[in-house]
Amino acid sequence: MAKITMREAISQALMEEMDRDPAVFIIGEEVGVWGGTYAVTKGFYDKYGPDRIKDTPIAENAIIGAAIGAAMVGQRPIAELMTINFAFSAMDYVVNQAPKLRYMFGGQFSVPMVIRAVGGGGRQLGATHSQTPDAIFAHFPGLKVVSPGTPEDAKGLLKSAIRSDDPILFIEHATMYQVRSEVPDGEYLIPIGKSKVQREGGDLTIVTYCKGLELSMKAAEELAKEGVEAEIVDLRTLRPLDMEPVLESFKKTNRAIVVEEGWKSYGVGSEIVSRIYEEAFDYVDAPILRVAQKEVPLPYNRTLEQAALPQVPDIVAAAKEVLQ
Amino acid sequence: MKKEQQLDMYHQMVLIRRVEERGAELYQAGKIGGFMHLYIGQEAVSTGLIAAREPRDRVITAYRDHGVAINCGISANEVMAELLGKATGMSKGKGGSMHMASVEKNFWGGHAIVGGHLPVAAGFAVGDQYAKNDNVTICMFGDGATNIGYFHEALNLAKAWKLRVLWVCENNIYGMGTSVERASAVKEIRQKAEGYAMKNSRIDGMDVMKVYEAAQEALKYVREESDSYFLEVTTYRYRGHSMGDPERYRTQDEVKEWHEKDPIGIFRKYLMDKKVATAKVLDEIEARVEEEVQKAVEFAESSPEPALDELYADIYAE
Amino acid sequence: MAETINMPKLGFDMAEGVLVRWVKQVGENINKGDVLAEIETDKATVEVESPASGTVLKFIVEQGDVVPVNAPIAVVGAEGEEVKDVPKSDGGEKKAETKADEKPASQPEGKPASDQKTPTASEDDRIKASPLAKKIASDKNVDLANIQGTGPGGRVVKKDVEAALESGAPSTSRKAGPSTVVESREDETVKLTKLRQAIARRMTDSKTTVPHFYVTHECRMDAVMAMRKQANEFLPEDQKLSVNDFIVKAVALALREFPNLNATFAGDKVVRHGAVNVGVAVAVTGGLLTVVNKNTDQLPLRQISADIKQKVSRAREGKVKPDDIQGSTFSISNLGMYDVENFIAIVNPPEAAILAVGSAKQVPVVENGEIKVGWRMQTTISVDHRVSDGAEAAQFMQALARYIEAPVLMLV
Repeated sequence: MAKITMREAISQALMEEMDRDPAVFIIGEEVGVWGGTYAVTKGFYDKYGPDRIKDTPIAENAIIGAAIGAAMVGQRPIAELMTINFAFSAMDYVVNQAPKLRYMFGGQFSVPMVIRAVGGGGRQLGATHSQTPDAIFAHFPGLKVVSPGTPEDAKGLLKSAIRSDDPILFIEHATMYQVRSEVPDGEYLIPIGKSKVQREGGDLTIVTYCKGLELSMKAAEELAKEGVEAEIVDLRTLRPLDMEPVLESFKKTNRAIVVEEGWKSYGVGSEIVSRIYEEAFDYVDAPILRVAQKEVPLPYNRTLEQAALPQVPDIVAAAKEVLQ
Repeated sequence: MKKEQQLDMYHQMVLIRRVEERGAELYQAGKIGGFMHLYIGQEAVSTGLIAAREPRDRVITAYRDHGVAINCGISANEVMAELLGKATGMSKGKGGSMHMASVEKNFWGGHAIVGGHLPVAAGFAVGDQYAKNDNVTICMFGDGATNIGYFHEALNLAKAWKLRVLWVCENNIYGMGTSVERASAVKEIRQKAEGYAMKNSRIDGMDVMKVYEAAQEALKYVREESDSYFLEVTTYRYRGHSMGDPERYRTQDEVKEWHEKDPIGIFRKYLMDKKVATAKVLDEIEARVEEEVQKAVEFAESSPEPALDELYADIYAE
Repeated sequence: MAETINMPKLGFDMAEGVLVRWVKQVGENINKGDVLAEIETDKATVEVESPASGTVLKFIVEQGDVVPVNAPIAVVGAEGEEVKDVPKSDGGEKKAETKADEKPASQPEGKPASDQKTPTASEDDRIKASPLAKKIASDKNVDLANIQGTGPGGRVVKKDVEAALESGAPSTSRKAGPSTVVESREDETVKLTKLRQAIARRMTDSKTTVPHFYVTHECRMDAVMAMRKQANEFLPEDQKLSVNDFIVKAVALALREFPNLNATFAGDKVVRHGAVNVGVAVAVTGGLLTVVNKNTDQLPLRQISADIKQKVSRAREGKVKPDDIQGSTFSISNLGMYDVENFIAIVNPPEAAILAVGSAKQVPVVENGEIKVGWRMQTTISVDHRVSDGAEAAQFMQALARYIEAPVLMLV
């Protein structure tokens, strides 16, 4: 097992799949010559050339639309949205076309494509460049939404996504590229649509994903100092949603919080909480709380921005409230 | 062009006309739901265009797609069945009037978001370029679609990447109820292609032979030069934008004027003048079409509704 | 062959149209495609073409009629052809847009009306417990009402139920009513009303936490009976005094002398109440309520009587106001009307004592060595031993008897 960063994990997944299947190509803004704005595809252009690493104009509709078209006729494009905020500039293609075309035409073709998008705030980029709108995309049947929280998961899930015949939105986080941890050697895949217990504990269930996982792990350490052992269930995939490990954990602990970077209202947490109440009502010993971003557009000022984002103390406080 | 091919084109045009007319009747009888956009008056455009393609060339269009479907080789049976939402429709009843397609026949639909399919068409060409073949993607759309962002992004990309796309704008003067004059910055749609340094021309779409010849030339150019081409085809729809259009935006005189240029009438005269066929032969074709359409309606009406669990089928490939 | 022409659907959401004007008249020739009529939809006036050729034989609707989509409007056929009567669309034809007339029939409420109106005794009886706690409690037959919740807002949570189980919390006993029946009959399950639940809870609470002791005293009722009779001769029907009225006043006056019995146990202290508010138990449907007369010691008999009468009446009708049943500092339960010799009542927390009153009857009594007939009534006081002792209680009973036996003291 080697210890690699999230960036390296994603990069490796891309390279391994490109080597494995010639139908795979990458299309997006600055993915080629620049090497990717998060350096994920650094070196790819030299290795694979302009045919397989396609730099595009700044035209999201064209990027995603063309990726859909290429996928429909037999290729396996990986489109990149420089940030998930730019998904709104291609919204019709991400939620209205890619997830629906196969269905509308009675299953005559598939749309085997991956859209990699970078989300999240915390780098003082201002409100329009810092959103975590994951819940919006998870809302649409037909689109699969994956968002890993560890390098191991990122690599295995991205490989599965590229091999999948369905349109998949793969959401990465702008501040997690340097997270470093162990990744298995050799070839491995992680199935899409499976949640995972990342930390065991008997007192409280924390349901989270992506950046929330990083924060929750730290919060769990804090709580452990006070004798509270939190169990962390990492969703890894938002759609299709795997509630089994969540419910299993909840039936054990009877208390839960959900941690996400998006806004609380109408967010991922809303879905998780509803499902727990629906499917494990008799196991509920306290209301389930959601730790999320404050209901504000993210500001530029560093202190204000950090105050708006969910932090480890927020998670610890919520945990304590739920354990009352 | 061979005589058989020309007679086949005539058959297709008459078939489209009758299918559309019957479709309108079925719609008014409440058997077809949602939106329905008739191709009546525009038959020459898709017929001439698609007659010029190779089977490996891909066709994609917007929601006025029944005629295109027939030209691509989909049977009237399947068209009618899809209109009625039956399981025997080519989209299993789940697409309806606006989402007809047959991958087998290299016809990729049938799209409802105005201009939305243009980047997808560019994508077909990206895929074919990647596969290193010389397939051409024929992308059809209306004048209305040329004002929306998708159009501009797609054309720009196609030209910048030298994609093999034949962009065909069916200019029937009206984008829904708004004339080109009121909606467009430029008078002739092909002028927009000029902005992308894209080779372009504008032809009369009521004459199927003119369309055919222009299409042949354009396809040759696109294929050999590996470049995009913009073909503006002027045409007219005799019926409203869709069923239920009160047509307040045009005069009945204007419609009558265009009726004088009925594409079926023009082609009929041409065939008879060129001695390709006699009136009798052409009448026989028309009689055959009546039967064909009648059978199609019977087929569609007697076909079963999709099963309820079709609701969940075909969402994901896995 | 005559063909019936129907109102066409001219728009995807059209449900009906108005036949504005017939363009062709009956008897005129018409070709397929000719305009037959003008029809008005929500959106516009549209010309309708005839789908058939021939002669217009008959109009089925008139100009100005509103016609649903697909309903017949005319018949076209061969000249002179016989036309059968084509029915108009039947009047009751459902149009897609009309609201469904099935308003859901008003569901009868599950609860019987009378129960709903009887409010509970003073406390808010809604128990806060987590779904999990409720489930465990229900599975293990534990009464949540007896468990002290440690969750936020006093919520009973799992660990509270588990703790209660460990310490042997009383389980709600499955009912064991008096069974005098020998033949086997089917059990009848009666759901507890809110009132019953409240009584069950409070009385259990009282019996298990308050150490009761009892003192019985037999009062001579002759003087009260006589005074009552005399007074009632002068009082209107609806203001006549009852024996209980006298007892209530007597109790109030006695309590003035024994404030310790007009009190509440409060852990490490006893709160002797300033006011004397005597509560009177009233039987109502499904249970028992205690109506309260405020400042009883200061009010004249008639006022006490009228006040109690009003409140009892309200209680029996289920129209009790919160004020009617709150704030008593001492309660009286009178079963005299049921020919009861004596009985023992349960202290009503947070009060310190309660008086159980039996029937006033004529019995043989010994006076000056001779057997005579006298009016006697047995009363038993139940007292919270944390607050008072036997001696004090006995002395209170003597004081009470003094007032009852010399009722003139209630007037001066």
